[in-house]
Amino acid sequence: MLGAIAAGGVVGAEARYALTLLGGDDPRFPWATLAENITGCFLIGVLMAVILQLTAPHRLVRPFLGVGMLGGYTTFSAYAVEVRELIADDRAAAALSYLVITPLAALTAVWLGVRGTGAALGRLRHRGT
Amino acid sequence: MTVLLVALGAAVGAPLRYLADRFIQSRIDAVFPWGTLAVNVVGSFVLGVVMALSADGGLGDDTVALVGVGFCGALTTYSTFSYETLRLLEDGARWYALGNVAGSVIAGVAAAAAGWALAS
Repeated sequence: MLGAIAAGGVVGAEARYALTLLGGDDPRFPWATLAENITGCFLIGVLMAVILQLTAPHRLVRPFLGVGMLGGYTTFSAYAVEVRELIADDRAAAALSYLVITPLAALTAVWLGVRGTGAALGRLRHRGT
Repeated sequence: MTVLLVALGAAVGAPLRYLADRFIQSRIDAVFPWGTLAVNVVGSFVLGVVMALSADGGLGDDTVALVGVGFCGALTTYSTFSYETLRLLEDGARWYALGNVAGSVIAGVAAAAAGWALAS
């Protein structure tokens, strides 16, 4: 169980690291972290919706993919430190928008993930019968 | 090398988040997700310390990769935070949901600022 979480965490953290390198360091706005957190939240919504539909999901699916991979891929600490940095750099408007947009977009993304997956699975099942 | 350090930090951070969350939730037995809030605040504090030391030149890129990107990044989570908030909203616990978002954001940024101030 802990091994699956650790392995998933490594995969997720490396994906986040790669995306941050690809995205480059924009001092005006932390786009890379925002994008990582939004996509990770959408995917946890998809994952949880799928798991809840399964009658017997493998016991390591949620630890590996959810707790490990998506937990390691998304980050709260970088978000908090980036908000502090924008405030310290006197970029009040950017700090406030980043502070507010991230949780709002994250919540919208996880909601879309759950609902979209639920609807898609329902349609598939309907077609199958 | 950097990739290995990120992996090593994450291999410790992610399981530690799970263990800390289970420990806290079992002690408190509440609907409110205190466990996730706690790891997010602690991780934000540690990353504040790390980034301040790195800005001062006191920490090298290797330590930032190991402790900052790997450990703090995997210890903290936005996906679980937002999923738990959605669950609170869907269970009708709107004030808990709002409290979770406001509390996590304010405490997280305050912790990052405190860590930075302490270390610089």
